[in-house]
Amino acid sequence: MENNLKKVDIIFESDEKISPLAILEKTQKRPADDIILDLIDSGLKGRGGAGFPTGLKWKFTRNEDSDVKYVICNADEGEPGTFKDREIIDRVPEKIFAGMAICGYVIGAKEGYIYVRGEYNFLLKGLQKKLEAFNQGMKKLNIDFTIALKSGSGAYVCGEESALFESMEGKRGEPRNKPPYPTVAGYNSKPTVINNVETLVYTTMICHMGPEKFKALGTTDSRGSKVFSVSGDTPISGIYELELGMPLNEFVNEFGDGDTKAIQVGGASGHCVPRKKFNDTIIGFEGIPTGGSMMIFNSSRSMYNVLHDYLEFFTEESCGQCTPCRVGCQQLLKGIEAVKRGERPPAYLDDLKKLTATMKIAAKCGLGQSVGNPFNSIIDNFREEIIY
Amino acid sequence: MSTTEELIKDLVEKNGKTRNSLMPVLQGIVQSEHYLSEEALLCVARELDLSAADVYGTASFYTFLDTVPRGKNVIRVCKTITCHMKGKDDIINAISNALKVKVGETTHDKKFTLLTANCLGWCHKGPVMLVNDEIYPDLTPQKALEIIEEYAKDAK
Repeated sequence: MENNLKKVDIIFESDEKISPLAILEKTQKRPADDIILDLIDSGLKGRGGAGFPTGLKWKFTRNEDSDVKYVICNADEGEPGTFKDREIIDRVPEKIFAGMAICGYVIGAKEGYIYVRGEYNFLLKGLQKKLEAFNQGMKKLNIDFTIALKSGSGAYVCGEESALFESMEGKRGEPRNKPPYPTVAGYNSKPTVINNVETLVYTTMICHMGPEKFKALGTTDSRGSKVFSVSGDTPISGIYELELGMPLNEFVNEFGDGDTKAIQVGGASGHCVPRKKFNDTIIGFEGIPTGGSMMIFNSSRSMYNVLHDYLEFFTEESCGQCTPCRVGCQQLLKGIEAVKRGERPPAYLDDLKKLTATMKIAAKCGLGQSVGNPFNSIIDNFREEIIY
Repeated sequence: MSTTEELIKDLVEKNGKTRNSLMPVLQGIVQSEHYLSEEALLCVARELDLSAADVYGTASFYTFLDTVPRGKNVIRVCKTITCHMKGKDDIINAISNALKVKVGETTHDKKFTLLTANCLGWCHKGPVMLVNDEIYPDLTPQKALEIIEEYAKDAK
């Protein structure tokens, strides 16, 4: 099998000669506006899944007039099929800290928090130790920024940025109305930059190597590389940093087991791509964007079971505050069960698809809005498996 | 003063008497007492000067902040799709038979509670389970039982 995929080594690269703290020291001697321009120029977009340009996010927050601002690292990685942030936290935490501190310098924040999901509590002890050393290191360099850890308690929806702020404020993790966006009113209603773990590491590395090297990777719409979490029916599951903008068929050639029937790109809230569409699907912002989750299914798998599993997941994880999501998720789940049992005609699936369209418009946050992604892509491509 | 009250006063002192401390305080109680009793929730409300409804509202939102009694060791087997494909049902059945409890139940001796969890973030090494805060990837039914046995010894 020919290997066309370009493997990249930016995130986990360990250069003994220059530490993340040294990158920070070097970077904070530069004008903040230059750093923002570099980030915008690099084309870096958020790696958590939503893909907002990182440089702009920092710029908007910098422009806010407030004495208190915050930098938050979103380590509430909960999308089914994603496990790259855990690996990054475990292996290169200093690069995350440095990214947060650079951000703090750029926007004018003195406090940073890392919100780690409760399922990763076993990481906290080691992380805290490394964090204390890094905080000490910053103090010695007279950098006025400190980072602290916050821990979640098992709620997928807290990965939604405004729900995460609510959780940090000691409340139920229910997403807020937007606007205002976090850049204006985030944690404690103060201007806040909230970035994914991987995004923050890329900011450190772009400050280190310059935007040109990063820009040279990927495509016009999807600059740079990305860490992918590969799981399911593959002989080589794990974490891989790959160039963005790759055709899905090349991915399948590399990772599939020779019998790949479908790939779920972007986790439970992402899109299911069937075999016949592998050739004309691009992984990136111009095609199907992803937070990194790539779940591979071979022809022994029932797509009904896959969809059922996702819908159960959303039914349990919906925070319940808005009706379209709370009731919608339940009805989608009951609906496919009823069709499967023959209590509803196959055409009922089309009514359910209309329900996902309503959810997309009416649900308050990304959770309810994106349930239609897996639902419609699985129903459209594997309708017969849902019915019979 | 009961031990719960003492624990809560310590936690509040350590984290600060603000609403923002509510999560770490509740997490600290679960760490020592395995769940949040009515007594604990009321005490937290008093100490942080919040309404009991607010405290219960927050606590009941989070899967890991249990408001019903749990065993000394809480087992959470991941049930999401990749672990499902890799045989999480066999793991759950093996533990369930060995401990003689169904999912959601606690053993009579209060040593173990068996639960399932949504994606734990180890899809490349499924099936996987958490016991308290410890993670156990690449499970087989045999391996899972050996791990449980170790905890049973320690819990005596």
